[in-house]
Amino acid sequence: MEDKILLAHGSGGKLSQDLIQSFLPDLANPILDKLDDSAVFDISGRLAFTTDSYTVNPVFFPGGDIGKLAVCGTVNDLAMSGARPLYLSLAFIIEEGLPVANLKKILTSIKHAAEEAGVKIVTGDTKVVNQGSADKIFVNTAGVGTVPEGVDISATNARPGDKIILNGNIGDHGIAVLSQREGLKFHTPVPSDCAPLNGLVADMLAASANIHCLRDPTRGGLATTLNDFAGQSKVGIRLEEDKIPVDKAVLAACEFLGFDPLYIANEGKLAAAVAPRDAAAILAAMKRSKYGVGAVIIGEVVAEHPGQVVMNTILGASRIVDMPVGELLPRIC
Amino acid sequence: MKFVNEYRDPELGKKLLDRIHKRSRKPARLMEFCGGHTVAIFKHGLRQLLPENIEMLSGPGCPVCVTASADLDRAIALGSLPDVIITSFGDMVRVPGSRSSLQKAKAEGADVRIVYSAQDALTIARDNQDKSIIFIGIGFETTAPTIAASILQAEQEKLNNYYVLSLHKVCPPIMKAILDMGEVNLGGIICPGHVSVIIGSHPYQFIADEYKIACAVSGFEPLDILLAVDRLVEQIESGQPKVEIAYRRGVKPEGNQPAIRLMETVFEIGEANWRGIGVVPASGLQIKAKYERFDALKNFNIDPGPTLEPKGCICGSILRGVSTPRDCRLFGGTCTPENPVGPCMVSSEGSCATYYHYGDSHGR
Ligand code: SF4
Repeated sequence: MEDKILLAHGSGGKLSQDLIQSFLPDLANPILDKLDDSAVFDISGRLAFTTDSYTVNPVFFPGGDIGKLAVCGTVNDLAMSGARPLYLSLAFIIEEGLPVANLKKILTSIKHAAEEAGVKIVTGDTKVVNQGSADKIFVNTAGVGTVPEGVDISATNARPGDKIILNGNIGDHGIAVLSQREGLKFHTPVPSDCAPLNGLVADMLAASANIHCLRDPTRGGLATTLNDFAGQSKVGIRLEEDKIPVDKAVLAACEFLGFDPLYIANEGKLAAAVAPRDAAAILAAMKRSKYGVGAVIIGEVVAEHPGQVVMNTILGASRIVDMPVGELLPRIC
Repeated sequence: MKFVNEYRDPELGKKLLDRIHKRSRKPARLMEFCGGHTVAIFKHGLRQLLPENIEMLSGPGCPVCVTASADLDRAIALGSLPDVIITSFGDMVRVPGSRSSLQKAKAEGADVRIVYSAQDALTIARDNQDKSIIFIGIGFETTAPTIAASILQAEQEKLNNYYVLSLHKVCPPIMKAILDMGEVNLGGIICPGHVSVIIGSHPYQFIADEYKIACAVSGFEPLDILLAVDRLVEQIESGQPKVEIAYRRGVKPEGNQPAIRLMETVFEIGEANWRGIGVVPASGLQIKAKYERFDALKNFNIDPGPTLEPKGCICGSILRGVSTPRDCRLFGGTCTPENPVGPCMVSSEGSCATYYHYGDSHGR
């Protein structure tokens, strides 16, 4: 086999066949193995259906790569509506010249992530584009899952009194990726937190169905997610800065870049607004779950200042936590 | 930097605040020079915690904000030349010039690329030998050494398609200019943090000696700033202005000599055009004649056209410490971070953007 992806790999001919055949053993399952035009399977109950496209620079970063991201991202989007993720589609847009070894590596992490999340990749596609028409590799995944009876999770559901729970340190993913960026390289011991959260959500739901809002604070960070809750539910949110966990190394990187961890991307975090009487039970269930060990209550939903997130700072002052505007850029001064 | 947490310790913070409240009696106006300090002060809500007799003013220390419209127009004009790639720090591309912005120029076909550092621009130059790569060099003594290094490296590699439009500015002269204008009556200055890592604390001595104004160099963590305020209060109350460093882990009195030498190798002091202040002699860095083949101004002919300032924008007087964003009629209405009228609303270190984002507990 060639050691670089060629345009011909996406042409539908012999090379395409070879490439697809080389993927199959990693992802094998009875539905995919048929290689029919569409995946056919039975499913019953309320469906959740989502899709997302993934681009990341660099493609490989400490703690993960674009493959793991593409599986976890879509699994997490399903999980955030309370769904049990079942099946994923997987599509690549590859820039010609990508080393085949890199694609292999990405596939291996897709396999591992899918195994961990307990989802099957049941259909897929590969396109190869001219050099310069894509940046190395873009991945799209779509996913379906089923939502259990009685679960009603939406960013519009927060009510005054609800507790805001977070499952651990924020900012790890964004800082891990930035640390590898050309022109910005710096050393940091933090790997990306990229992880499938469906297990954690299942554990939370087993503890209580009174989970009102659930969202994974990816791009835009925790600040964006909480502003979404506040805006869509027309409530205020009051945060306690000293309760929000941030790794020392992430804080240090933020100080040096001029960033605020509240706006940095996460790939293995969730924020929840839950009924106050069930908060303790949910928190305890989270702490017992693999990706919830660091769970904490970081604030609460209030009736005041609807649509706004306000934070009590560590020194006892307070300030607005706004939506971010545009891309995060390192400070110049 | 490893111990960043201890600079956020609430207990220490409360102790410092206590001391400030006990000691501070005289009404005092303190200016934080850096936009980065303004951000930190708002982010941690420090203004609400200081005694009422202390008034905090934001200064001109935002590199994007102080870039004059005329200089932006030059950058945009350079971008319209054939076979030119403009490379720039991100915030800069959104700042409106007289008629356009680098972002608009890009949408109209100019090749404008955002980079994180001059090193990125060099990489682009290496990869595009048939094009001229122009780096828009903005910033204070913080960025200047790295940009000087990029010019030296280009020389060493014999790259003949790399140019810098040097709009660099230096801090102590502008502090002097603002004090000489006499518009703001300052009791103390929180001197720049990262700039002082490079130049040290000696260059501010004249402020204490000649203007009798208290000085403290500060970092960007909340306790750094509280410590700086504490030092300023002490100097003001005792009537003994001097220059203190409240940022020991970053700043040495003599600064970073190798970085200073790097700057001095490539740049020489010249005049600079500051938004809202005008041309100030000896406040900028120009590329020395020896390196003029890297100087965008010397190697391209452009006509940037007449300069027009954004109507209604008072960035200039905000940068001089005379007004605050709340004095601007456009603030939060016509002018928002999504649709900025002036640079102070574009830059993440700009006063208007900071007021807009962080507001206070009572809203914007
Ligand atoms: S609010 Fe906008 S228009 Fe007003 S001074 Fe600030 S940047 Fe200029």
